[in-house]
This record gives sequence, structure tokens and C-alpha cells, in this order.
Amino acid sequence: MTTAEIEAKPPLFRMEGVSKRYGGVRALENAKLDVEAGHIHAILGENGAGKSTLIKIMAGVVAADEGRMLLDGRDISFRSPAAASAAGIACVFQELSLIPDLSVADNIAIADPPRRFGLIDRRAQRAIAEEALARAGAEDIHPRAAVKDLPLSRRQMVEIAKALASKPRILILDEATSALTAGDVAKVFAVLKRLRSEGLALLYISHRMHEIAELADTCTVFRNGRNVASFRAGTRSNSEVVEMMIGREYSNVFPPKPPRAAITKPPRLECRNLGWGDRLRDISLSVAEGEVVGLGGLDGQGQRDLLLALFGVLPGTTGSVLIDGAPMTIASPAAARASRSAMALIPEDRKTEGLMLPMTVRENLSFAALDHVSRGGIIDRTAEEQLIDEMVRLLAIKTAGLDIPVGALSGGNQQKVVIAKWLMRKPRIVLLNDPTRGIDVGTKQEMYQLLRRLADAGAAILFYSTDYDELIGCCDRVLVLYDGRIVRELEGRDITEHALIASALNVEGGREGAAT
Amino acid sequence: MSEWRYWLNEQRGTLMGLAIFLLMFAVYIANHPAGLTANVAQTAANKGVLFAFVAMAQALVVITAGIDLSVGMIFILTNCLASWIVVGEPLPTALGLVAVLAAGMACGAINGLLVIYGRLQPIVATIATGAVYFGLALLLRPFPGGSVNEDVADALTGRLFGVIPSSLVALAAAVVLVWLPFRRSRLGRAAYAAGSSEQAAFMSGVPIRRGKFAAYTLAGLLAAMGGLFLTFFTYTGEAAYASGSGYTLWSIAAVVLGGVSLYGGRGSAVGAIFGAFAARTTGDMLFVFDVDPLWQPLLQGVVLMIAVSIGSLALLRVRNRLDWFQ
Amino acid sequence: MSDTSEDRISIRTRLPVFLRRADPAVLTAFGCILLLLFLSSLYSSNFLSLNYLLQQLKVASFLGVVAAGVMVVILLGHIDLSIPWVMTTGAMMACAAAGFGAIGPVIAIPFGILCGTAFGLLNGFGVAYLRIPSMIVTLASNVVAQGLMVVYTGGFSPQDSAPPAVRWLATGFVIPGLPNAILVWVAISAIMVFLFTRTSFGRAVYGIGNSERAAYLSGVDTRRIVMIAFAISGALSAFGGVLLAGYSSKAAQAMGDAYLLPAIAAVVLGGTSILGGRGSYLGTVAGVILITLLQSILSVMQMPEAGRQIVYGVVIIVMLLLYGRTPPNR
Repeated sequence: MTTAEIEAKPPLFRMEGVSKRYGGVRALENAKLDVEAGHIHAILGENGAGKSTLIKIMAGVVAADEGRMLLDGRDISFRSPAAASAAGIACVFQELSLIPDLSVADNIAIADPPRRFGLIDRRAQRAIAEEALARAGAEDIHPRAAVKDLPLSRRQMVEIAKALASKPRILILDEATSALTAGDVAKVFAVLKRLRSEGLALLYISHRMHEIAELADTCTVFRNGRNVASFRAGTRSNSEVVEMMIGREYSNVFPPKPPRAAITKPPRLECRNLGWGDRLRDISLSVAEGEVVGLGGLDGQGQRDLLLALFGVLPGTTGSVLIDGAPMTIASPAAARASRSAMALIPEDRKTEGLMLPMTVRENLSFAALDHVSRGGIIDRTAEEQLIDEMVRLLAIKTAGLDIPVGALSGGNQQKVVIAKWLMRKPRIVLLNDPTRGIDVGTKQEMYQLLRRLADAGAAILFYSTDYDELIGCCDRVLVLYDGRIVRELEGRDITEHALIASALNVEGGREGAAT
Repeated sequence: MSEWRYWLNEQRGTLMGLAIFLLMFAVYIANHPAGLTANVAQTAANKGVLFAFVAMAQALVVITAGIDLSVGMIFILTNCLASWIVVGEPLPTALGLVAVLAAGMACGAINGLLVIYGRLQPIVATIATGAVYFGLALLLRPFPGGSVNEDVADALTGRLFGVIPSSLVALAAAVVLVWLPFRRSRLGRAAYAAGSSEQAAFMSGVPIRRGKFAAYTLAGLLAAMGGLFLTFFTYTGEAAYASGSGYTLWSIAAVVLGGVSLYGGRGSAVGAIFGAFAARTTGDMLFVFDVDPLWQPLLQGVVLMIAVSIGSLALLRVRNRLDWFQ
Repeated sequence: MSDTSEDRISIRTRLPVFLRRADPAVLTAFGCILLLLFLSSLYSSNFLSLNYLLQQLKVASFLGVVAAGVMVVILLGHIDLSIPWVMTTGAMMACAAAGFGAIGPVIAIPFGILCGTAFGLLNGFGVAYLRIPSMIVTLASNVVAQGLMVVYTGGFSPQDSAPPAVRWLATGFVIPGLPNAILVWVAISAIMVFLFTRTSFGRAVYGIGNSERAAYLSGVDTRRIVMIAFAISGALSAFGGVLLAGYSSKAAQAMGDAYLLPAIAAVVLGGTSILGGRGSYLGTVAGVILITLLQSILSVMQMPEAGRQIVYGVVIIVMLLLYGRTPPNR
């Protein structure tokens, strides 16, 4: 065997000329990909660039229209996720694939539970689960706990353990860290590096550039369903990579902030000693007209609860909420959106909380503002149309029409619809719950501009983000939460990555910086 | 949390069903003129067992997040069938028993095929098959009649060792031979997984279709067991529409009382048995309290209403209003 | 595959708006009606006579009124199993009220509907505020309604026959040749179409059916909407019962039993998703006519009850297999 032949040895996995269409939309066009054992291969691209489709084809969730896949140089095709799993390809999906009512151990061993006399051997299953959890660095999760009782970040760890339990040769992680706390991310990275040294091939999909810089050996960028470039990690600068992803010049991610002195207006939204069980303690804050206030801290320290409490979703809150200086009781979203407070909440999960996916773009857009365009419960279609057109133009929502299901739009455009449906009410207070999660870079930029424009137009904005860069780039002030309390308030130039992380871990407080 | 707390958490629905039943049964016995004698237990068991079989059948399907509105009609159809073929010498009787059970399984399997491979919504698909099964029952028994091997019937509805109602033993056998193996099998887990989150189950490579199919088929089998027992009690077959739809509707009430979630993925057939016995005791209770039979349906309705409303007490503990929508 | 769907889209854009927006299921349902009429006309030409068709529409209007209410509830993703005895309650209470002195005949119909609305509100309260699964709550209230009626009648068929006003509404003629029942159905249909397409209540119903969470977070008072929807269902069931009492000139025990399954089947055959959120009222009309026609043709052919049940079930299954299937997983 000559050296040339060894060089030509096929990679562990190869994909050639793979295409996939959904109806008339090309999701993937002539895609190719080589995956090597012992490598971490990052896949980059905006939402709708075809990454998800690529993964779904590899994992047997959908079938490709054309093209072929080779594993160890042999042609393969998967009829189902089970077939892909049997071939040694495991996937940690962005949308969790855990079964909520089953226990952690049941979930980890779900694909092929150990059996004795044809029945599931629970003791053996538990051993498998414990081993997998340990490998994923999540020994704190009890194998008998029901998945639905676990917080999101723990579930994500179970998901990773589950993928590992199938002893894969290729492990695909699709936005696997998006719900994790900082501590878990570090653990997961250590696990991934160990797996690489054990000879696994890893495909890593993430929107977080610094994660990719830390982990990846090779990067492939996708755009509009085609692979644009593959290169060794570290050979391109961040802005070059982003340019490849969005296909245009990358500049000015964040709009300029107005000088601090400009914000001297009285507080529009104020809360005093807000409490809710042991999840929110003694929260006092105020947001002025025209101000963007960020909520920082590790994931799950009460930020989401705070937004929900302000929006009237949580019963049994204590303390007081003041709008324009006057105390108000807000006991439901209906009360929160009413004209006196004119609040809007952009929820965490657009697919279940923000939108009705099968309904049309039009119906979704006007859903929260029907009272503005109707009289006596009867909808004025002209007024509705006008408002919708205005919003579609304002936010540059890309859609094939107003009468197609909103579920057919790309993730970024769906999120724009969620925001637009609230902007139709001309809200004076806007609460945002991690609005850029899973959104492509281009749309993110538009969001940042929009936030600032809203603030400039006089809205008070309270903005929770898991991405520190966003807090630094967008916010006039940042409140850092730890264990349901505000532990630090950062303002202007003091909002730095270091300050955010230090206060998120509550280092100053002298307490252990453990994650949830 | 220690191990037993996890166990408690897993079995909460079933234990709740057991508690409701025990409470009602205790009130019933306390007010029964004869108290808890073997006779009283036998009567109570025999009445409850019919219902328990149908409720178990319903539970299997409900666990997959489906519903079987034909379960009462399978029960009636197998009753009519049994009144023809479970007769005569031991061998024909045995063959007849097997045939009746097979017929029930076939009915369940048809439901399963329509729901899984036909991709029809369970509610409407089983409404339609229910009409067909009832039509078949009517074809078999346009008028009430027929007979059954009385030795077998008496043996299965009598008492074992003079104390234990043998119908209860048969029910327990069904639990041990049908339900427990199913629950512990890969297919049973697939049924739970499909009921809890079909999308996640699919992504996890769970054999969803086979799991659901097994659940529907076994539901047919259990309904047929109920149909057999009905024949054993009445010695006849009758295509009674009201009885069939009544059993269907009350089986839904029973699974809910027994802690099986109508949204799927949670609960057990054992809970459904307790639910069935509890619902059954309601009727008996009116008897011991000497209520005018005219008032019986109303009181049953009110008790049912109260029982299902108790579940909503959990709402008081809801700390996040979004939890309403799960 | 994708080519044909694009063709279909381009054809659809050329259709008038109401057809373009119509569900393919609705068109198929109407197609099935025509097919059924054609097949039955081979058996006897009487099936195509105007008289027969009007008679069928009249019979269909009772089911139509009930199905309209059921559809609101199904669109929410719920179900109303209390139809049978709420219908009976409406009919019996209307007949009872008619005997209530001089004012009786005037209040008869409203009182019957009011009783149905009360049960609807009970259902709605249980579903919306107590969060009990609708299947259970409506099941329980069906038993309660039955119990009340059994107590009221003392276990016998009630002696009161339907008052003249009720009979007139069901069988009289305002327009010669066109039974009033059909007019009532048309009027209710017009209201329902308006409700579904032009009001914020209608939008909210579809929204809740698709995602109650999203609707709630959008600031819709979802509990009130659900409660109103069940009240509508109860009111229309009772109204259907009143009409039926007028048609058969008396209210009888269990008169509603034969309406529950056909009402649900009609809504679903008309293309409304039993999971809620999707469906058009026109489809329900088609479903109602389809089911009524099927029942009538089978009985005219003098098929015995057993055969009728079997054919009825098989036809529903076949039609659902034709167009009532949920999309595949992949």
C-alpha cells in the first residue's frame, strides 16, 4: 500500500451531493461533508442555512431526496433514527428528544433497553444510566427522577448522557449548550475533548463563536443550503467567518448607545421588594423611558420568573409594581397588556408560547392586537390590514405571503413575527426573554437595532439574555441576578465581560459560585 | 430525595385511585347491613370485575395518548359471540374461549391499524369502529339469548376456598399475565413514550407503532375478557347499545379516577382497576343508603362530578399560571 | 410531488376567495355528497326529487344546529360529550315551560335554551377554571343532566307535548315549501360563519385550539373564551333538542342519544381537526348533510339495524381514510 493510498483512505463519514426540498423550498442543495474520527468538526451557518436539515438526514430523522452517504467508505441510508443509532450515529437535538413522563434512566436506555427474559432489566438499566451520567459529568442527576421534573439545563445534560449511552462513533451536538449554565458548559467541553481523544468524530453546531474557537478542529460554513467553505479552525478571523455566514460585510453589530446623561426621565416601570416563593427575593428595580435594562447572571437565577411575574403570569407574588409611579396590580397577561401599563412580553419559546404555528402569518401578527382593530368584538379588516402591512415593512419580515402558516417561516422571521405582534400594540414597556436564542446573526443585528429604536421612541425595555455580548452591547444598565436576588447593578462602561461573569458567579458575595 | 420518594412520585396516580376506592368501599361496608362477609365481597367483586376489565382496556389505550370509544362495543360483541360458542363439552368450550379472546384482539388490532397506519384520530376512528362492532353484535344476537357453559361460568364467578371471589383471582391473573409483562416490555415502554411525547419518542428511535399497536390489541383482549365475564354472569348474550356506550363512557371516568392521564404517558392499568371499583361502589352506596332508585342517576352524576373536581385541587398549588396549559 | 402541489397552488389562486381558502377536505366532503346522491339515484330516482332533498335538509337541520355548537368546542381542542342529555333537557324544559300559565308559550323556547346554556356554563367552568379534561367534565354533566331529567319525569315519558310555537319552528313554513327548520339552520350558520371569520372571539377560538399557552401569553382571556364556547355548545344542543321536540311533537327520554356520535362525526368529516385549531364551518355543513343523507338512504333501502350500523361505521372510516388523515411523521 503506497502512502498515496493511505492518504486517500476514506474519512469515517462522507456525504456527497445531498439535497433536500420541503415543498418548494430548498433546504439543502448538493451538500458535501467529510467527518474524521478524532476530530471536532464545527458546522456554522445562519438559521435556515441548512444545518438542521443536514443533521436530521445524518440522524435518520428525514430522508434525503438525492445524494449519498458513506460510512467507512460503504454506502448507507437510514430509514429511521433507530437505524442511524445502530450504525453509530447519535445526535443531541436542539429540540429535546427526551420523553417527559419517563425517568432519566428510562430515557437514557430508551433506544435499546437491557432485557432479561424479554422484559426490561431495571437494575442493568440503572447501571447503564449511572455510567452514562457519570461520563457526561452529570452525576448529580438521579436516574429515577422523572425528566419533566428537571430544569431545562439538567434535561440537556440527560440528553447528552443519552447520546453517549448508545456508544456512538459519531456524536452530533446541535446547539447542545444553548440551555446550559456556565458550569455545565465547562463540564461538557471537558467531556467532548475526552471523547475526541478516544477517537470519536464530533459534529458541533453552535452560534457561539467563542465556543467554536475553543473546541473545533475543523469548521464548515453553510449558507442557503450549500456549504460555502471548510477550513481548519483558527485560520480565519471571527469577522471573516461571520461574513461567510451572512454573505455580506460584517460591521457594527450593536447600534451606538445614547450618552447616559440623556436618560433622566422618571421611571416608567418600577418594582419594589418583589418576591415569589424562594425563586424571587426582594427584587427592586426601575426602568426609565428610553432605557434598555439588561438582566444578567447564570441561567435559571430567576430572570425568567421576574419577567413572568411582572407580566402577571405568576400567582402569589409579594411586593409592589408601579407603572409611571402609580401602584398597579397585574394578575394576568390581559391586564398587563391593557392600556394603563401597555406591557409586552416576548416569551422564551416562540414555538409554543409566541406563535400558533399552523395559523397564518396574518392571524399571528394581529392576534395580540385584535382589540385595537375591532369594535364590539368585530374585526375591522381594513384597519387590521394596515397595521399588519406597517409591521411587515418595519421589521422586514420575509414571507411568501400573509396567508401561509407562520410555521413555514425561518426561525429568525418567526421571531420577528413574535415581536411584531406585540409592537402592533405600541407597547410602552417591553419585556424580552432571551429573544435571540437560536436566531441567525443577521436577524440578531436587526433585533439590536430595533431594541434601540424602540427605546429611542420612548419605550422602557427590560431584556434578559444568556449571551453576555448582547448585554454588553445593547444595555444601558445590567442587573445581575443570583439565586433570585439582584446582586449587582452595572452601568455604562462598567458593563464588561469580566464584571458580568464575576457577579454572575456572585464571587463578591463570598458565596460558592455553584450553578443551579 | 430518597428512593421511596421517587417510587411514590411514580405511583402517585395509582395510589390516589386506591385511596379513593378504599375510602368509598369503607363507607359502603360500614353502612352495609351485613358488613364485610364473603357474600358481600363476592357480589361487589363480580360487579366490579366486569367494569375493571373494560377500564384496564381503556387505560392501555389512554396511556398512548389515544382513546378507545369502541371498548364498550367490543365488550358487547364478545358477549354476544361467547353466548354462541362458549358451550358444550370442555374442548369446544376451551376453543370457544380462545376464539372469543381472539375476536376481541382482532377488534383491538383493527382499531390500532386504523389509528397507527391509517393515521386517523383515535376518537373518531373508534367511534366508527364502535358502530361496526355493535352492528356485528346485533347480527349475532338480534334478540337477547344464547347460553354458556355453566360449569365454567359458575367456577369463575364463585368463590375460591369459600372466601376469595374467583372473579378477582381472574382479574389478578390478567394483571400478572397481560399488564405487568406489557409494562415491563420494550413495547410497553414504547407505548408510554409515544403517549408522553410522540416526537421525542420518534427521535429516540422508539418502536412507536409496534408499541401502540400492542396497546390497542391488548385492549381488545381485555375488553373480550370483560365480555366473557358478562356472559358468565348473565348466561346470555345481548346486543344492548345503552350498555355498551355506558361501559365506554364510565371506563373513561374510571381511568381518570385511577390516575391515568388522558394526555397520555402517565398512569397504570392497575390504577384504572381501582378507579373502576371506586366508580362501581358509587352505585352500591346508593343501595345501602336506601336511596330512591329514581335519584340514582343524578346522585351518580353528582358524585362523579365531585370526584373529578377533586383533581383540580392541585390547581391551588400551581405556582405558575403557564402550568395550566400542560 | 412538489410540482403538483405548486400546480394546485396556482389553480387555487385563480379561484374565488371563498373557494381558495376552502379546505380540500370540505370540497371532498361535498364531492362525497354528490357521489352518494348519484349512487342512490341509481337505486331509485326518488332520491333526487326536490321533496326528498328538502325533507333531508329539514332532518339535517336538527343535527346541523347541534353540530355547530360541537364544532366551536372541537375547534378549541376539547370535546362535548354532554350533547345527548343537554338536548333532552332543552326539549323537556321547553315543553315544561310552555305549560307555565299565559306567559308559558312565549318563554318556552328561550327557557329550554337557557337550561342548555346553564349546562354549557357548568362544562365551561369545569374545563376552563378547574382544568378538568373536557371529556370527563362533559361526561359527568351528561350524567347529571340525565339524573335531573329522570327525577323530573319520575322515570316515565313526560306527558307534556311540544307547544305549538316549537312545532311551528320545526315544521311550519314562513316561506312556502321551505320548512322553517332549514331557515333556522341557515340563520345559525350565518351567525357561526360571522363569528368564526369576523370576530375576535372566533380568532381566539382558533388561537386557543392551536396553542392555549401562546393565546394566554398574548393577553387573551382564554378561560372566558373557553367558557363561552362551551356555553354556545350547550345552548345550541338545547336548541337542537327543542327543534327535535317540535318535529316529533314531544320530548322523550334519551331522544338525544342518537345525536352525539353523528354530531362529532359530522364536524370531523367536514375537515375540522379533532385536535382543535383547524377547520371551516362550511365543512361542518357538508358533514351534517353527508351523515343525514347516509342514514336516510340506508333506512330507505330497508337495511336492518345491524347492517345500517356496520355500513355507517365503514363509510365513516373510508371517508376519514380518504381525507381525514393526519400528516405523516416524516
